[in-house]
Amino acid sequence: MQDVEKTVRDYEQRGVIKTYYTVIDWEKTGCEKVVAFIDVKVTPARDVGFDAVACRIARFAQVQSVWLVSGGSDLRVVVEAPNLRELATFVAEKLATIDGVTGTTSHFLLKRYKEDGALFFDSEQDQRLVVSP
Amino acid sequence: MSQSLSLKPLSKTALEVPFSGIRRFFDIAASMQDVVSLGVGEPDFVTPWSVREAAIYSLERGQTTYTSNYGLLELRKEISRYLNKRYKVEYNPEGEILVTVGVSEGLDLAMRVLLNPGDEVLIPEPCYVSYRPCVSLAGGVPIGVETRSDAKFAVTAEQLKAACTERTKAILLGYPSNPTGAILTREQIVEIITFARERGLYVISDEIYDRLTYEGIHTCVASVPGAREITILLNGFSKAHAMTGWRIAYACAPEHILKMMMKIHSYTMLCAPITGQIAAVEALKHAEREVEEMVAHYRQRRRLIVDGLNKLGLTCHMPLGAFYAFPSIESTGLTAEQFAERLLLEERVAVVPGTAFGAGGDRHIRCSYATSVEKLELALARMRTFVDKLHK
Repeated sequence: MQDVEKTVRDYEQRGVIKTYYTVIDWEKTGCEKVVAFIDVKVTPARDVGFDAVACRIARFAQVQSVWLVSGGSDLRVVVEAPNLRELATFVAEKLATIDGVTGTTSHFLLKRYKEDGALFFDSEQDQRLVVSP
Repeated sequence: MSQSLSLKPLSKTALEVPFSGIRRFFDIAASMQDVVSLGVGEPDFVTPWSVREAAIYSLERGQTTYTSNYGLLELRKEISRYLNKRYKVEYNPEGEILVTVGVSEGLDLAMRVLLNPGDEVLIPEPCYVSYRPCVSLAGGVPIGVETRSDAKFAVTAEQLKAACTERTKAILLGYPSNPTGAILTREQIVEIITFARERGLYVISDEIYDRLTYEGIHTCVASVPGAREITILLNGFSKAHAMTGWRIAYACAPEHILKMMMKIHSYTMLCAPITGQIAAVEALKHAEREVEEMVAHYRQRRRLIVDGLNKLGLTCHMPLGAFYAFPSIESTGLTAEQFAERLLLEERVAVVPGTAFGAGGDRHIRCSYATSVEKLELALARMRTFVDKLHK
């Protein structure tokens, strides 16, 4: 057990383990939240490519994740806000106005089925006989 | 029509074979609420989704027919590949592999093919509840060879030799063992095979728990030099792939033996259900990761339950395979039946008395750890209350 704890501590210090968090079904808590996946088109800057814009976006507290992706857009950003109005304001006033951002497409999250490995629907119940050979 | 009817009696064989000792506990436990069961002989996992999905898709496509008596060739090829890759044993998918309805059917076929009336089969005990009845139903005579906890319930060639007579026809091995969790080492198997060859005996090896081996890798009996030509190897998908309800397993043997098994199977079963066979193909092709994950869970629980039982004074050797702990309850002064019945009625924990598994099982109980860590902890806590009460 001590070996495991030591290894985990080492991973934490070296940043192999980035963070720990809980996957919460917010609907069950009654807590309203709005989540949007925003595809962002960016004009890459000399020397730093997409990094400067991506890091700038990543620093906003509303932004949960930022990934550089292949395909029709350049960055995929996950934004979380307490309501639709705040989310819209963030996209319109913060995200879209950053230098280098040439366009955004927002996809709103409607229902969760699985997140980070956790299913959001009831998994199978134990249906076995009480005693079996 | 109002005459009284005096039917002739049912078959003597059927009447004489006893009901399993597990039944009684099932009946009591099933009528109770809030029972924590350590009595379940099947995985607590559901079949991996990719396997279920493959079966559902096959139904959507209308794959609802019979298959070859031997089973789908694609499945037999996958089984052959799997055994070769894992154990370096070679079985020809065309003629040496038969897909059966559970290992239970494979066992029944093996006995019917090997035994003439009165032929004896040596069975290391404690063992799975079906072994004796399957021998009897095929007209044979089961000869229990008692194994002991101080030998970690592994049978030795010496013990088999001592039980061997002119009428002995075969040895039935079931390792990793339900109920003891015992395994045989390669050296032990070599000695048994050497002995079997000397006496011209067949070996039936039920290896359904092969993947649930926790220290080192399982030794397939057929992989030992000289074993293949005298061995009927039985295995299946129930335990490793959590597919008990699908009833898909396989038997591997030299062609002249397997052909006889297939002949009986073709008349009594025709073929294993096609949906399950398609699922099994997927299981062998793509479910290895899930198998390893499940094994990792069993390994973790094994430590938990064995430590817990030993702390209760129920001496328990560390099982090396399957998902059962088989502790001694000698320290309580109760018989296995009394212990199991009182534990169930007083503390609502279901275990199976060792007597259900034949000689050497008295003074032991079988505790399955195919259940969640939370439930195991709850069961151990309740058992603590029970044992403390006994010692007062």
